[in-house]
Amino acid sequence: AGGAGPGPRIREGDCAVLKRGDVFKAVAVLRRRKIIFEKQWFYLDNAIGHIYGTTFEVTSGGSLQLKQEMEETATETKEAGTDNRNIVDDGKSQKLTHDDIKALKDKGIKGQEIVQQLIENSTTFRDKTEFSQDKYIKKKKKKYEAVITIVRPSTRILSTMYYAREPGKINHLRYDTLAQMLTLGNVHAGNKMIIVETCAGLVLGAVMERMGGYGSIIQMYPGGGPVRAATSCFGFPKTFYDHLHEFPLSKVDSLLSGTFSTESLPSEPEDNAGVEEESNGSVDEKQPSVQETEEESTTESAMERDQIEESETMDVNAEDTGFKENQGKENKENVREKQRKQQERRKKLIEAAALLKEKNADGLIVASKFHPTPLLLSLLEFVAPSRPFVVYCQYKEPLLECYTKLRERGGVINLKLSETWLRSYQVLPDRSHPKLTMSGGGGFLLSGITVVSDRSKSDSGSLEELKTEEPSSKKRKVEDLHC
Amino acid sequence: MSFIEYGDTIKDGDTAIVFLGHESMFPMKVQHGSVTQTKYGVIRHSTDLIGKKYGSKVTCSKGGWVFILHPTPELWTVNLPHRTQILYSTDISVITMMLELKPGSIVCESGTGSGSLSHALIRTVAPTGHLYTVEFHQQRAEKAREEFREHGVEHLVTVTNQDVCQSGFGVSGVADAVFLDIPSPWEAIGHAKAALKAEGGRICSFSPCIEQVQRTCLAMEEHGFTEINTLEILLRVYNVRTISLQIPDLGKASEDNSSFGSDSSNPSSQGSPGNNPQQGTVQFKSAVPLREMVGHTGYLTFATKS
Repeated sequence: AGGAGPGPRIREGDCAVLKRGDVFKAVAVLRRRKIIFEKQWFYLDNAIGHIYGTTFEVTSGGSLQLKQEMEETATETKEAGTDNRNIVDDGKSQKLTHDDIKALKDKGIKGQEIVQQLIENSTTFRDKTEFSQDKYIKKKKKKYEAVITIVRPSTRILSTMYYAREPGKINHLRYDTLAQMLTLGNVHAGNKMIIVETCAGLVLGAVMERMGGYGSIIQMYPGGGPVRAATSCFGFPKTFYDHLHEFPLSKVDSLLSGTFSTESLPSEPEDNAGVEEESNGSVDEKQPSVQETEEESTTESAMERDQIEESETMDVNAEDTGFKENQGKENKENVREKQRKQQERRKKLIEAAALLKEKNADGLIVASKFHPTPLLLSLLEFVAPSRPFVVYCQYKEPLLECYTKLRERGGVINLKLSETWLRSYQVLPDRSHPKLTMSGGGGFLLSGITVVSDRSKSDSGSLEELKTEEPSSKKRKVEDLHC
Repeated sequence: MSFIEYGDTIKDGDTAIVFLGHESMFPMKVQHGSVTQTKYGVIRHSTDLIGKKYGSKVTCSKGGWVFILHPTPELWTVNLPHRTQILYSTDISVITMMLELKPGSIVCESGTGSGSLSHALIRTVAPTGHLYTVEFHQQRAEKAREEFREHGVEHLVTVTNQDVCQSGFGVSGVADAVFLDIPSPWEAIGHAKAALKAEGGRICSFSPCIEQVQRTCLAMEEHGFTEINTLEILLRVYNVRTISLQIPDLGKASEDNSSFGSDSSNPSSQGSPGNNPQQGTVQFKSAVPLREMVGHTGYLTFATKS
């Protein structure tokens, strides 16, 4: 390991994250795709082939250029005032007008030079204290120097990004709270985890990252299919999905009672995506969401490409004399394809059901918009004894009820209701202090450990081998005989 | 069992956690023929433990019972023998995520201390990662080695007994992340940079005092680290309680009081105020903060080498 080998490079088709200051945005790296980020537009073409972590400057025409290291201290006059007793706000300290600045920008002058000009044309700059000068430069740099760093996605970056940009989509789960969940849940390679989340797939992605492709995950989903928009931002290798299973929440009851069958599958996951999108956003979250438009445009372009390909094949077909026959053939193939997909889904469902029925999961993670109590009371049945579980809720009241109900149920110990506070600091020589604003809330956690339950009836139930293909009526009869 | 892999049953040589209730627990080494004393009586390992499922209720000689739990880094953290001040799971969680640790990560740590963070790091980077941990106190370094062996994770960790500020981590250009919990971290920033991969990586330094943070941040900047960010994380634990608040007697007619009582959203509220206006109460569930909480552990300073 090690040596001076270069790091991983940005490739076309990658999932990457753009970073400017503390602002992140996840994008797909595609050629000739216009990206809008922080009021700037540009293309990622030039970034392809560079190492992750490289910083670029946006130039006119939307191309990215490698940021040059500069010697900024050289030009600075080390002249400063001691206090602001003689600084008067007459609104005339800046000699450059708006139009002058706009003209500079239009000429394509580098942001760095504009900042220098602003300093030179500020009559009060020299009278400002050293600290105040520093602050002035920082502020102007932020505004005029458009530097963008392209970084590799990680739980750290994506959870920070989601919390800042789209907290409504992840139920206001703050990144430090997510960090607690991963630790409290002892998430690691080799685990068999059960996850319920309506956090756009962010929690799933975080768990997948920590498991590194070892072990298995069963995602319990509401509606027609799991939402994994954030999961796909992680850019996991295909193999990470080999042991990712999914199981509909609406089938949990039948699985527990032994009446489970695969006769009626929930509707196709494709139908669900749009619905989920809508139901996720509460009214107050209707702020302009860049991520959302970004996702839309991704799918849009994907559709565009599909259409182009389709029309191309159509053109070829039109020239073909056996066009009609081909059309018929295609339809038949479509039906067969659908059946095949259906068959595959059924097979996967049976697999997931079998994994659950072993009732030996290594942990349960819940972070959803649903009331946690019914989820916990049912899903803990699938977890082995002496394993941790963690429930997230944006509000603490439902967790109070959950706590009480779990106590009544038994089979759990070390119940703990908690919350974390996160405080950021400005650390500068002689100017260190907590940041002026902090996050008001990042949600609440209820955690605990499962133990062998006293209830003997559930033990006899777990011994029974359930066969998924068996019709439910027959299943019931068999159970009646046992009683 | 091991700290990186769950096992179902308790085996000879395992480290298990004895849970006595109300967060009272202690670690125990399971050994054939051995006995452990608890306030509920004796546990005989051969008959009471070995072969039983983790999470089982075990009845002790005096009739009381305890639960036997599978060890995890989190349970170990609250049960380990202290040789130093340790990091707790709240800080560890944030450190792990912000250092972007996952299976396969190579991590450098100093000092090893009591191994609280070490166990959590090893758990996260297993089965393909590695921890290089440096401890300048010889006895502590040896004790840590012994524990890693007992816990079945020795193949994932290298303990080096040297001064990190002078001699560094003993490896260079291999680490994805570096963690420092030493009195003068600014003296180790150069070594940290050298330990990290050429392509870059993440660093975290934990310090209780802001002056230490100040110097560390300066050193990080001098060494070209970017994204320097200092934060602090505090855990608030709540007790779940049912609270009864008495309704004051304002001398009003009893009907008024009962109408107030019915405002209470809790249908299970006892002591219906209508029955006896003078002693009426309203009940509700509340999350009550602990009377005292940890107000400060340390500042966490993160940065990126790129």
